[in-house]
Amino acid sequence: MNRLLTSFAAEIAGQAIRLFARFITAVRADWQGIEPVPRQRVYFANHTSNGDMPMIWSVLPPALRRQTRPVAAADYWLTSKLRTFAGRDIFKAVLIDRRPEVNDNPMEKIIAAIDEGSSLIIFPEGKRNMGDDLLLPFKAGIYNIGKARPDVDLVPTWVANLNTIMPKGEVIPLPLICTVTFGAPLHVDADENKDAFLARASASLAALAPKVAT
Amino acid sequence: MTETTLDLIMLSLIGCGILVVLTLVGEFLRARQPADTVNPVLETYMLRVQSWWGMVILLSLALIIGRLGVVLLFAFASFAALREFLTLTDKVKADHWALALAFFVVLPLQYLFVGMGWEGILTVFIPVYAFLLLPIVSALRGDAKRFLIRVAETQWALMITVFCVSHVPALITLQIPGYGDRAVLLIAFLVIVVQCGDLLEYFFGRQIGRTKVAPGLSPKTLEGMICGVGCAMLIGALLAWLTPFGILPAMAMAGVASLVGMGGNIVFAAIKRDRGVKDWSHLIPGQGGFVDQLDSVVFAAPVFYHLARFFWT
Repeated sequence: MNRLLTSFAAEIAGQAIRLFARFITAVRADWQGIEPVPRQRVYFANHTSNGDMPMIWSVLPPALRRQTRPVAAADYWLTSKLRTFAGRDIFKAVLIDRRPEVNDNPMEKIIAAIDEGSSLIIFPEGKRNMGDDLLLPFKAGIYNIGKARPDVDLVPTWVANLNTIMPKGEVIPLPLICTVTFGAPLHVDADENKDAFLARASASLAALAPKVAT
Repeated sequence: MTETTLDLIMLSLIGCGILVVLTLVGEFLRARQPADTVNPVLETYMLRVQSWWGMVILLSLALIIGRLGVVLLFAFASFAALREFLTLTDKVKADHWALALAFFVVLPLQYLFVGMGWEGILTVFIPVYAFLLLPIVSALRGDAKRFLIRVAETQWALMITVFCVSHVPALITLQIPGYGDRAVLLIAFLVIVVQCGDLLEYFFGRQIGRTKVAPGLSPKTLEGMICGVGCAMLIGALLAWLTPFGILPAMAMAGVASLVGMGGNIVFAAIKRDRGVKDWSHLIPGQGGFVDQLDSVVFAAPVFYHLARFFWT
């Protein structure tokens, strides 16, 4: 009974998040390199704001959204009751503890989620990008996923504008238009080493960023 | 039911009737196309007709509801347009509060003043108070990088998408002697002459257009514009009974509004070209954004409002 109530509440809250995202940012998906069809995918995205993940999650069509789980930091999402509800019940996140003293073995959890049939949302920069560079250097995780499960599409996903909609430290979001662009899927080539693949993945993601006229 | 409401219902029905004809003509031409071919002119035409259906229905409902309906409809349009505009402008973190104020304070206050009919403040609130206050808020954050550009772009966004747009519903508040509650009909008059002028300008430009008025920027031609403005004036004469103007002045008002509106359309084409985008957004499927739909009415509205106020109140 309790489980049922929780999942019902999560459904309502998820709907509210999507409505809010639509109203404030008119968030829109731009399917450049792939079609919105239910294939198993790992969406890897740029990370400038805590709103990135809910935005990607909001633009996915319902059938895709149900099978997609974000990979998120347990030390952020399990710090309060509300965050735990959001992380665990609304987004159904694969929660990973980043604290150095805990050996959480994140790759095992990620691969287990893939083997259950889930698609994932990951942020390969590892933390929010606060600087002027387009992207921070990628962590090795995405390469390891591609190597371990070569059938899964690695989809570059660019979230535009969120750093101005909700910059770090601001409370009121600005209603600007947010676009989530999905690029062509990547796979790790047989003879490709880690650095070469990470460079290629980073370049394919950066290529989706809107060109700003100066 | 008042006479004004009856007139509005009649106008809506005429609008719907015209749209039924335009839709049928389009569907007929489509059916005559060979299979698997797409005529881009026809498809653009059909998309325009579709968005017109939405506009006619929403505007009719708003006008029949009266002041509250009109104010809410255009406040929402302003919000969507401001969102589109500011998405494309220069801004940095230091502008966050100024921009939040623009959305959540300046815009609602402007429409409150319009709703209350406070003429004295609605015409100066943005150009005086907002334009002076918002740069102060930005400057307090201490980031001078491209300051003038940031401030100028934010102000132009507010000017166009809030100040100008709000002059459409503001027409309802004009106190014209002997015109009573019929000021709401001025909105219908303005929107009809400007939009019909645009549509016919597009049509004649396609048919007989030769001389581009802004080469490389806009497909508008001198011939198309002359025909469009001429048609807008004729429609203005036909609709003169809606207005307190009389036939010849109604034609002049329609011509001025249509011409200014077309100028606005070219200005918006220049802004889009500068920012490297084709449309302002994708909110209206196949049609671009709210600003794309509103551009000519936006430019025409303040001019129309002030001419009407100067000569008839």
